[in-house]
Amino acid sequence: MSRATREAYRDTLLPLLGRHPELMCLDSDTGLFGADHVAEAGEQYLNIGIAEQNLMGVAAGMAACGRVPFVNTMAAFAASRALEAIKIDIAYNRLPVRIMATHGGLAAGHLGPTHQALEDLAVMRVLPGMTVVVPADAAATEAFVEQSVDLPGPLYVRLGRKPTPPLPDGPPPVIGQAQTLRHGDDVVLVACGPYPVLACLAAADALAADGVQACVLNMHTLRPLDTATLAAAARPTRLVVTLEEHWRSGGLGGAVAEALAETEPVRVLRLGVPDTFVGEVGNQEHLVRHYDLTAERVAGAVRTALHTAARSVTPDHDKELIS
Amino acid sequence: MTGTQLLEREAPEALEHLEAIAARIRSHVVDMCAGPEGGHLGGAFSCADVLTALYFSVLNVDPERPEDPDRDRFLLSKGHAAVGLYATLAERGFFPVAELAGYGRPGSRLMGHPVRAVPGVELPTGSLGHGLALACGFALANRYAGRGARSFVLLGDGELQEGSVWEAAIAAASLRLDRLVAIVDRNGLQLTGATEGIAPMEPLAERWSSFGWAVRDVDGHDPAALAHHLGAAPWEPGKPSVLIARTVKGHGLPFLAGRSSSHYVTLSPRNHARALSALRRPEVLG
Repeated sequence: MSRATREAYRDTLLPLLGRHPELMCLDSDTGLFGADHVAEAGEQYLNIGIAEQNLMGVAAGMAACGRVPFVNTMAAFAASRALEAIKIDIAYNRLPVRIMATHGGLAAGHLGPTHQALEDLAVMRVLPGMTVVVPADAAATEAFVEQSVDLPGPLYVRLGRKPTPPLPDGPPPVIGQAQTLRHGDDVVLVACGPYPVLACLAAADALAADGVQACVLNMHTLRPLDTATLAAAARPTRLVVTLEEHWRSGGLGGAVAEALAETEPVRVLRLGVPDTFVGEVGNQEHLVRHYDLTAERVAGAVRTALHTAARSVTPDHDKELIS
Repeated sequence: MTGTQLLEREAPEALEHLEAIAARIRSHVVDMCAGPEGGHLGGAFSCADVLTALYFSVLNVDPERPEDPDRDRFLLSKGHAAVGLYATLAERGFFPVAELAGYGRPGSRLMGHPVRAVPGVELPTGSLGHGLALACGFALANRYAGRGARSFVLLGDGELQEGSVWEAAIAAASLRLDRLVAIVDRNGLQLTGATEGIAPMEPLAERWSSFGWAVRDVDGHDPAALAHHLGAAPWEPGKPSVLIARTVKGHGLPFLAGRSSSHYVTLSPRNHARALSALRRPEVLG
């Protein structure tokens, strides 16, 4: 059943607060926690107002005194507005603050570019010691929130806004370990987040019909990146394709390309949101289709690239693909 | 009644004691600012008496137990005055005074802004506008833990131009953090000139008061008055306290006092000697 990852976070955190008195939930008036939730959390919940820099500083100060704060904000405000406080007050001190960032990627939908976060993975994953995860569904969110209680150092979790579909059943994901959802030696499809992972699974099905065996990795943890699983999957193939709700620079595609460039002679195609601000109204599903972050695009990119590699030329549509 | 009279009544020897310590702190700062990288002399001098009052009269800290959970916590939000903090921490016994000679030299842990590697530094500071929010976090954590410890933070007056200061000021008042004490080093100058010419902040006391803080305004070069008022906080139940310390940038050095050019100084051998001479002759203090 479709479920919002931000709601899965909230519903997982509430019982954890009762079991772990050191945990805190610091809110910046996001509205995620309603009156009933606030009552349940008791004094472990505080709404400190619409002030994201202050939110990060207060959380850092509490963490320096032994608390483990979960802070609620939107990804856009964490990654841009409060970035310096995250860098200096939290990451520099390696403090165990959990930045629970909603409205990640295109999840803000019609709210527009002020509320969309297409740069957050790029900026968070360069901060030393920061763990960066993108759960692909509600079940993964529950698993990550539970695992985060004892995680050393800071954590950034990119969450959605509205319900998104569940991934097919499988063992619960573990922070830091890529999930191999399909095995295959012809191409590796790497994705993070709800719609990109589902698109890669569908693309793998479509490619199988052509006789192309695709490995699909759910790279839910961008940092620390599971380079061992990535390199092992890439080694027998000629092509790796990444897909994410993020500008093409610096996010999952950037992380994968950086890692493979150091160890594997393999081509990496990075698919993501083009170098533009969202210019039209649409919910998340609409915008995902509008920017072609789809199974068809992934399968088409693979067919083109494998065909191109076989012929050793670069046709015009391939140039477009990587522009 | 002045702070001096107040403190003399409580501890007759304390005033002379604090003034002597502040003079030693200033002399260490002068030495550091004569090193290869220079330093933020002006702002370190303006807050030297505040740091002295805090570390030698007010704060419940113990260099032998720097991580004691019940300790009072202090943050130098105006982190550029690091040389003043280093000198104070060394005088207080957090690390050997001899280590100050390494300031600004390759391999030293005494960076140009406070770093956590230095014993006694709670958290690194230097990018302005961070300290008050961090101190709010200290105060909140202490409240949740049922500890009576107080949290102190020293802000520069130019730093008040950072919006994040006022985000934290709002939060501190709304959270009723009355174990939180802010001090504004009101020297009136920032890097390129007068704060009131660049971005006026007066009426400063009224501004803090309107944000829900208890406010006092004192001579920031009267260690006894500083110790008295800071020691007495919280001044009003349920309200955080802010002390506006009226100071002079480069206080005590006739050729630098009250000038924005004192902000960052690399003292030549001649000026180093002039500064040390001025510090030894209190009658010429500016």
